[in-house]
Amino acid sequence: MDPLLIYTLRQGDRALVLAQRLLEAVTHAPEIEEDMALSNLALDLIGQARALYSYAGEVEGDGHDEDHFAYWRDQHEFLNPLLVEQPNGDFAQIVVRQFLHDAWAAPYWNVMQHSGDETLRALAGKAAKETAYHLRHSRSWVVRLGDGTDESHARAQTAVDGLWRYTGELSEIDDVEHALAADGVIPAAADTLHDTWRNSVGDTLTEATLDMPDDGIMHTGGRTGRHTESFSYLVGEMQVVARAHPGAVW
Amino acid sequence: MSAGRADWPLWEVFVRARRGVSHVHVGTVHAPDAELALQNARDLFTRRSEGVSLWVVRSSDITASDPDDRGEMFEPAEDKTFRHPTDFELPDEVANM
Repeated sequence: MDPLLIYTLRQGDRALVLAQRLLEAVTHAPEIEEDMALSNLALDLIGQARALYSYAGEVEGDGHDEDHFAYWRDQHEFLNPLLVEQPNGDFAQIVVRQFLHDAWAAPYWNVMQHSGDETLRALAGKAAKETAYHLRHSRSWVVRLGDGTDESHARAQTAVDGLWRYTGELSEIDDVEHALAADGVIPAAADTLHDTWRNSVGDTLTEATLDMPDDGIMHTGGRTGRHTESFSYLVGEMQVVARAHPGAVW
Repeated sequence: MSAGRADWPLWEVFVRARRGVSHVHVGTVHAPDAELALQNARDLFTRRSEGVSLWVVRSSDITASDPDDRGEMFEPAEDKTFRHPTDFELPDEVANM
């Protein structure tokens, strides 16, 4: 496959799968206001995924639309990092997962505003604003819970410890990224994303009185289609209506 | 998720629709602190591009007039029609009055 197609699908899948997890959480947040906040994050992410899938269809050139990529690929064809598919736990786990993602995605979209690819550059301008807000929301929750009660602190720390092993994959660079960096699609500044992420996460965890875990073994494989156990259920639920009624419109 | 509604205080939300006009009260949200009150207000009251600025104020910080005092508070103004600018024609150019 064309590296640009793989890359665009990786970003689209990251957004769509995280949105799907967030939507599972709606009606389970501690207050109706937070249900609204989570669904707003999800809607922004779905918008990003749609734009990325439309572009993927253009790059691929086989006439596939955004619905094709969301509903008619099988789970091994999804290329999202494992972090975003991790199943929902308690509310602390949901916001910590979001924060670990947003702390990467916000600077990522800032960097991509300098992409040599015109479509991705335009998309990044909108996504950067949306994601800056997502980070603001998820970050404030991590601080609120970490520096909150003994109970909320313990739950937030458990979430950080449990999800840490999936964070290494966010900044992985393989042949796909190397090829696109050589073409100028990925700006050189992308090399600094991991350091930016680590500093940002470190500052927030300190403010939240949470410990940053040691980097142990990092799980990887989502970006090449190897997913964790719960992912098949997510994909099944997401696709069941589209597959039961192929081509349905309203 | 057991946090009860009673745990989160109420906040009054004010939105400014555009530059040059006042913030107008639009409703309330629940939130544990001012930062989240602002975020919740953003999600609930500016989702259709209703505003360019938001204020949140803890409801308990507002001192309100007592409805039972309505007579002594407001009725004395009713017969003072000379305070109304009814003799002035408002130019069309003056908006937002």
